[in-house]
Amino acid sequence: MSGVEGYMYPNEVTLYWSVLIVLYPYITGLVAGAFILASLERVFRVDAVKPIYRLALLTALAFLLDAPLPLQFHLGHPERSYEMYFTPHATSAMAMFGYVYMWYLMAVLVFEIWLDYRREIVLLSQQSKGLMRVIYKIMTLGSNNISERSLRIDEKVGWIVTLIGIPSAFLLHGYVGFIFGSLKSNPWWSSPLMPVVFIFSAMVSGIAAVMLIYMAVTKLRHQKIDMRCVDAVAMYMFYIFIIDFSLEMLDLVHRIYEADESFRSLDFMVHTKLYFSQIVLQIFIGTLVPLILLFLTQVGQFGEIARKRIYVLCGSLILIGVFAMRWNVVIGGQLFSKSFLGYTTYKMALVTREGLLAAIGLTILPLFFLWVLLKLLPPWPKKEMQEAAAGD
Amino acid sequence: MSGFKDVSHLFRFAGLFVIAFLVFLVVRVYVVPKSFGEYGHYRAAAIGEIAAHPIKFAGHQACESCHSDIADTKAKGAHAHVNCEACHGALATHANDPSSMTPVKPDTLVLCARCHTASAAKPKGFPQVNPADHMGGVPCQTCHNPHSPAIGSDTGKGAAAGGTK
Ligand code: HEC
Ligand code: HEC
Ligand code: HEC
Ligand code: HEC
Repeated sequence: MSGVEGYMYPNEVTLYWSVLIVLYPYITGLVAGAFILASLERVFRVDAVKPIYRLALLTALAFLLDAPLPLQFHLGHPERSYEMYFTPHATSAMAMFGYVYMWYLMAVLVFEIWLDYRREIVLLSQQSKGLMRVIYKIMTLGSNNISERSLRIDEKVGWIVTLIGIPSAFLLHGYVGFIFGSLKSNPWWSSPLMPVVFIFSAMVSGIAAVMLIYMAVTKLRHQKIDMRCVDAVAMYMFYIFIIDFSLEMLDLVHRIYEADESFRSLDFMVHTKLYFSQIVLQIFIGTLVPLILLFLTQVGQFGEIARKRIYVLCGSLILIGVFAMRWNVVIGGQLFSKSFLGYTTYKMALVTREGLLAAIGLTILPLFFLWVLLKLLPPWPKKEMQEAAAGD
Repeated sequence: MSGFKDVSHLFRFAGLFVIAFLVFLVVRVYVVPKSFGEYGHYRAAAIGEIAAHPIKFAGHQACESCHSDIADTKAKGAHAHVNCEACHGALATHANDPSSMTPVKPDTLVLCARCHTASAAKPKGFPQVNPADHMGGVPCQTCHNPHSPAIGSDTGKGAAAGGTK
């Protein structure tokens, strides 16, 4: 059979988890990362990232709405997927995910965004006309109270929500790593470090995504990029990236030192089938290069333009690198035989339900969601407010 | 009272949750099948539904009672342990009443390739070929008798008509 080397059990020859299952942890990761970035401002009071706070929340929401779609495309009978939530089984990690997802969506993200925007929503519901007026009216939930005291209360509640949101974001993404890490039958996945590594790489990729989106959106609006903010974001990205990198190396060293019975087979795979996506893309281009570049921006003195370019380059490389990491986990884990005697090949389809086009569409879709959200809830201060605020 | 006024919007949002939860409970009553959970974490009525499916396979003993010639040929060859219906498909209707339907002859190019196409995943001892190279453009049964596939093994009178010619 083409694409098979050595011995494969018959049920291992074709991969059942396709590129969409790569996309899914990638996108939930972006959500978690974007949210953590937002919480920097809210909980840790990092003032520099203020300009990006709302954008980060909206980005998280846009990607969160997209996150379950790859799974729906992957299912043979998506119309039955709700059954899992009506008759959940306690041992089903997938069912639990649905609840964590709903919790995170409604109790954390939507609630926090609502609290933060309530004043604007009420004002907009009074100023706008026609359909938009109705939409904003519904969003106020019938309460027009924007008194000083109520807004102060919102502020406090928002802080608590963010506080709860951080562990929730960890849970949401930790669960994705958990699903892989808890599969004791697969030595490539089975590792308690998996959820942790997933969370940290998620943070890095989410921060990179928000940073890039901020720079792009600001450019499109012909505004000036707030370099103090971007510098701060890049700095946090750098620090978290270092933790992420050390964790991944720890995992690697641990595997090499432990060298259990699967090691030779996996090692061979990394040097052949996964060479490009793991060594070249993930480790070299996606990790070492951006780490070194970010390090240089931290120690060296660069002009604004140079810094911007470096950040854009690093952000893009990080996004590629983290995607490659998800790819290597999901696809890599299915390429080798349980007999450790053979390897198969993943053949990505193009126009099928789980093919490349579907994957590209599902990657672009959240940007469309974001566009709608930005139209509905503009994160930047209104013109006149901006001018008033320019003084400080 | 004014103290409550400034937090009332929060209760409105909480109300959304309560409504959603109630809707969930109500919908649940309707969509969860009645017999769910009777025996375990599944729909108990499914057992009866599956049991009520008509039987599609007759089993090889049934075939052998009428096609004893083929059964004899097959018993001597390498396909002795390959069930009739593994190749001919489910034929309970035919076995119950042969005149009701005449089975179509299997397309060997698809059928034989299904089991014999060479693959690294198959045990080394299993006979396997690369059909495209091997058959030379003629159907498998031109050279192999499907019921006793070894070359030259089937010239007896019980042989299938599709054997070596
Ligand atoms: C009750 C006796 C009987 C049983 C049981 C029976 N068959 Fe038949 N079968 C016949 C008869 C009679 C014919 C010829 C019918 C015809 O030519 O229309 C026939 C024809 C066939 C043919 C088609 C022959 C051709 O010339 O195309 C196939 C294939 C076949 N049977 C397979 C099977 C298999 C497989 C089974 C077991 C599931 C089976 N039969 C069970 C009596 C039986
Ligand atoms: C359901 C699977 C299956 C199908 C379909 C099947 N075979 Fe076989 N075949 C086997 C098995 C099992 C053996 C015995 C292998 C062994 O002895 O280890 C075998 C053995 C053989 C052999 C080797 C005979 C020998 O004596 O070494 C040949 C030749 C062969 N089959 C040809 C065919 C042809 C031609 C067809 C199509 C008409 C076919 N097979 C369809 C399963 C199948
Ligand atoms: C032109 C005649 C011819 C055709 C057509 C033909 N074969 Fe063969 N096949 C042979 C011969 C000759 C042998 C070798 C027998 C031997 O070595 O004992 C053979 C051997 C085999 C073997 C046994 C290989 C082994 O390693 O023991 C299998 C399996 C087989 N054929 C399957 C098929 C299948 C499947 C088809 C149809 C796609 C097919 N053959 C079509 C002539 C043919
Ligand atoms: C390895 C697959 C295989 C198995 C097992 C098998 N057959 Fe067949 N059988 C065929 C193929 C292929 C044909 C058609 C040959 C042709 O087109 O010339 C056929 C033809 C027939 C015919 C049509 C008459 C004839 O001689 O061509 C009958 C009847 C029949 N099989 C009955 C049986 C019965 C009964 C069994 C079980 C005892 C059985 N077969 C097992 C593959 C198989």
